[in-house]
Amino acid sequence: MKTNILLAGVGGQGILTIAAILDTAALASNLHLKQSEIHGMSQRGGAVQSHVRISDTKIYSDLIPQGKADMIISVEPMELLRYLPFLKKDGYLITDLNPFLNITDYPELEELYAEIKSYPNNIIIDAKKIAKDLGNSRATNIVLLGAASSIIPLSEESLKQAIKTLFKRKGERIVNKNIDAFNKGKEIATEFAL
Amino acid sequence: MKKLLLGNEALAQGAIDAGLSGVYAYPGTPSTEITEYIQRSKIAKELNIHSQWSVNEKTAMESALGMSYAGKRAMVVMKHVGLNVAADVFMNMSVSGINGGLVVVVADDPSMHSSQNEQDSRFYGKFAMVPMLEPSNQQEAYDITKYAFDLSEKYSLPVLLRMVTRLSHSRAGINVGNRIKQNNIHLPKNSTQFSLIPMYARNRYKYLVNIQSDILENSENSYFNEFIKGPNTSLGIIASGIAYNYLMENFESGKCPYPILKISQYPIPKKPIKKLFNTCKKVLVLEDGYPFIEEAISDFLGENRKVIGRLSGDIPRVGELNPDNIANALGFDIVIDENIPKVVSGRPPELCVGCGHRDLFDAINRLKTETESQQVFGDIGCYALGALPPYNSIDALIEMGASITMAKGAADAGIHPSIAIIGDSTFTHSGMTGLLNAVIEKTPITVIISDNSAIAMTGAQDSSASGRLIDICRGLGVEENHLKVITPLHKNLDENIDLIREEINYNGVSVIISQRPCVQLPKEKKDKLKEIKKVSLN
Repeated sequence: MKTNILLAGVGGQGILTIAAILDTAALASNLHLKQSEIHGMSQRGGAVQSHVRISDTKIYSDLIPQGKADMIISVEPMELLRYLPFLKKDGYLITDLNPFLNITDYPELEELYAEIKSYPNNIIIDAKKIAKDLGNSRATNIVLLGAASSIIPLSEESLKQAIKTLFKRKGERIVNKNIDAFNKGKEIATEFAL
Repeated sequence: MKKLLLGNEALAQGAIDAGLSGVYAYPGTPSTEITEYIQRSKIAKELNIHSQWSVNEKTAMESALGMSYAGKRAMVVMKHVGLNVAADVFMNMSVSGINGGLVVVVADDPSMHSSQNEQDSRFYGKFAMVPMLEPSNQQEAYDITKYAFDLSEKYSLPVLLRMVTRLSHSRAGINVGNRIKQNNIHLPKNSTQFSLIPMYARNRYKYLVNIQSDILENSENSYFNEFIKGPNTSLGIIASGIAYNYLMENFESGKCPYPILKISQYPIPKKPIKKLFNTCKKVLVLEDGYPFIEEAISDFLGENRKVIGRLSGDIPRVGELNPDNIANALGFDIVIDENIPKVVSGRPPELCVGCGHRDLFDAINRLKTETESQQVFGDIGCYALGALPPYNSIDALIEMGASITMAKGAADAGIHPSIAIIGDSTFTHSGMTGLLNAVIEKTPITVIISDNSAIAMTGAQDSSASGRLIDICRGLGVEENHLKVITPLHKNLDENIDLIREEINYNGVSVIISQRPCVQLPKEKKDKLKEIKKVSLN
């Protein structure tokens, strides 16, 4: 079994934190893992992506081939669509609905949402608001991870353990807020009944 | 449990475990994390492994050679274009040879994710006639680095270790082995080895030429070059470094029907390639970067060609490899269900909100409206983004340090105003000598050092220039009246424009230091900078 997860967003939106949680959980579950990421110039407000591949057998390529991503998790709705060539047939799209506006020709939001909703398996949520309501607007990425968690082949326990490990340095309060964000994301996603 | 490491980090851990005594480097994507890993490593600290950043790649490589001269194992790390800067010492230390193991790590950037070209460092390795290694995955990056130091000491030659972006910046679980002890100081046995005056250099060069057959044989028998049998001999495949992964990705069973020669050590191993040629009808060469192997084994006149790859057009000539362009070359249909919808706009990188470079470009652009003839020569760093909209402030940027010297040449040709914009760290890396050139000739140029007190683009590493810029410029002979400091803030815009205009009108060299710390710097670093500033003012 091999699962390919493509993470998308804008530099600084925290997709590498999602990647780190997936990596840590996969390794602790004794699975094979490869995760490529972008460093350098595009981190400055440009489009960024990370390819996470998890498998119980050997993984060769660091990059997901086109048409082979089981899901795209995006912290931004337009960035989600940028990676559609990687999505496999009936793959999942999970995204926050809030645009990151740092370009002048950003498309009409309704047009974007309509495009996303034209795919059968989409989870489009206001993760930013959920995170804010929980008192931690920086946890938008973790809300999205929670929303995707039921289709990620890693146990909820291993993902939560990874969150604890990664945020431990920042204290128990931050750990708990991120766990709350994860739970809330998971709960909201059940409304989509995929 | 396995250790979760980037390819770069696996390499760094391999070096520590190989008994490294010092790493020397200048930051550059995609190589930076190698040195940073050693800087953060507790064990490296305990072992007193040198890891502080060097001023540029040339000084880094020379220092590494000095450590090797003393008998210890040293590593020097850079991005591909950094090897251009260090090429002088690189070419000559292959002639002198080394004492303690010396590994030159160069991270290439095919597809130019964060670079101005996609040069392939393997040509440098061949040029210098030294052994080369090219790991295909993270585990191999660890293993091959340990091996590299042994190989270097075995032949008394530097070894070039080539990485590429996708391996540098991809994580996997790694099995880490034992660490061996560092070398003690032991001076070179042959007292003339390192003195490259012609009479000694000729002897050393003879040694280098004569040892080529040995290093070829070593490569042909290397554990890292593997001939993998396959039943279908209508095609044979040569896959070097990371290309092997993309190839294997195309066979879900993990079994490729064609014979494969996996190459991770050079010189190009002749014997196994002959074997592949003799058994297969056609040979496909897969390599990330330039067609280095393909060119070497292709028929020069292009007749009876049985080699295919980038030169034949079966693989795109430019850009990095991936599983899909290799699938194409293998004749597989790639299933792409969806194209990028038209509604998606491009999102290029941009300067951070609140960045001081922004305020500088606002000033430069206003001056451009006053004097159409104004030409701005930029340099390498975040401020290169000033060449893009919305600023479009920079007219040319080529490589580290070229802003000042190109501005000088343009001024010599009669361009006025001729403005150079260079970062603080780029200035100490390669700008100082060019400034001296201009000072000697009193060339009418305006040099703006956009000083954010960090090597910002690669992650805000410490800049060699911090707190030293004024003294350096004075020392190089910049006149006191034309050495100015401004603070690039919106509220100072008019005042800054007036000052720059005045210096543009001076018929000689002016240096304006546009000084405000990078907004990405953590608070501790900003506080430290304030301390440095206090000291330099006193």
